[in-house]
Amino acid sequence: MTSLTTPISESTIRSLKVGDEVTISGTLFTGRDAVHKYLHEGGRLPPGVDLKGGILYHCGPVVIKDEQGNWKCVAAGPTTSIREEPYQGQIIRDFGLRGVIGKGGMGARTLEACREFGCVYLHAVGGAAQVLADRIRRVRNVYLMEQFGAPEAIWEFEVAEFPAVVTMDSQGNSIHRDILASSRAELQKYL
Amino acid sequence: MNALPDSLLELIRRTSAEIPDDVHQAILAALEREKKGTIAESAMKIIDQNIALARTKSQPICQDTGSILFYVDGPVTLDQHAFEGVAREAVTRATRSGFLRQNSVDSLTGRNDGTNVGPGSPNIHFHQHPSADVSVRLVLKGGGCENVGAQYALPDESLKANRDLDGCRKAILDAVLQAQGKGCGPGILGVCIGGDRASSYEHSKQQFLRRLDDQNPNGELDKLERDIVETSNKLGIGPMGFGGKTTLLGAKIGVLNRLPASYFVSISYMCWAYRRQGVLLDPGGNIKQWLY
Repeated sequence: MTSLTTPISESTIRSLKVGDEVTISGTLFTGRDAVHKYLHEGGRLPPGVDLKGGILYHCGPVVIKDEQGNWKCVAAGPTTSIREEPYQGQIIRDFGLRGVIGKGGMGARTLEACREFGCVYLHAVGGAAQVLADRIRRVRNVYLMEQFGAPEAIWEFEVAEFPAVVTMDSQGNSIHRDILASSRAELQKYL
Repeated sequence: MNALPDSLLELIRRTSAEIPDDVHQAILAALEREKKGTIAESAMKIIDQNIALARTKSQPICQDTGSILFYVDGPVTLDQHAFEGVAREAVTRATRSGFLRQNSVDSLTGRNDGTNVGPGSPNIHFHQHPSADVSVRLVLKGGGCENVGAQYALPDESLKANRDLDGCRKAILDAVLQAQGKGCGPGILGVCIGGDRASSYEHSKQQFLRRLDDQNPNGELDKLERDIVETSNKLGIGPMGFGGKTTLLGAKIGVLNRLPASYFVSISYMCWAYRRQGVLLDPGGNIKQWLY
């Protein structure tokens, strides 16, 4: 188990290999479909959102306001990442991301951006909304809420020991690519 | 039916926060099977912890509320219009309480009014039966697993799948291969052979009302269900697509008549966070019995 704290250096990220289990502490910003399209089309990050050396989490959480009017995250698992494949490489490059958390893996363009700019894809357990929400210590802020709605907004979370697995590293390795190939070959034996 | 609003709210809460026992047993068996010290085992452990935490905290197992699918069986005297109004109100209350995410989006404007109520949401299927009982079943089906569903029209030359059970098998296994871990595996398949494009998908989803440990009354389909699970679990896709021994927890296959010109095989994929519950109601709308 490797402990990562944001912001993360390029050398730390480049030392990670596929199959490594990590925990993340520090800041996570969420961003999913609407945010990726918005940034791809030249939208600016709202003041206060700094992704440099940081990690973007593909997540549309359930967040409610408690009696005191404070945000409370009650469920926060990852959403499917492959939908962001057309945009992710550019966003890694333009905003200096060191990690992307999601589920299901991403494609060749994102893998290439990880190699070129020093980034990894971190797989969180899909559906594990409670275990992951439990690691969110505080909801610091929310951005673009009016424009995109709660699931699609940018949420700023303070996290402690958030668990994930490196499934695409900065050396061009991808568990997703390898398992697709091996399972396809295996299936041929049973047809 | 004075108690109906609170009964439906409780049905939604419990469906969202508590995994049914048959599914939990299958998940525990899968955790036991995975090789110790692998990332597949780690994933199954987190899944098991998540199930316990959601139940204790009475919070959603998964943040993706998904499609809200009600299946209502009742007598001719059941006022379906009134029931629908109560169900919509219960969904809005459950969303306010955080049992459901604000999950229903206007497809043209992108607007999310935060109620989960709108055209097509919630989706309520009424079925009239000769008994006086009213039962309400609820399935919450996440978007990630919905996206990996697939429909095949046989024959499919690229799969060498003809219009027979072997062709169906090839189509179903291709869907498992294409899904990899993207639908939050280990998953459960609901399959329909036959029907038209709409009824076929609909019938595939209704398979999720079956218990995982039931047996298909049709011997050939029972055999195919077991074969699909066994073969899928040899492919090494594993939990979350991390590699490993459990790719599927179950497969349920139903059949509808088809037209001579059509031969559809429709596959719906359910994630491990298989949220399904049901209640039998008394005449006052109180919960008389839980169905799963």
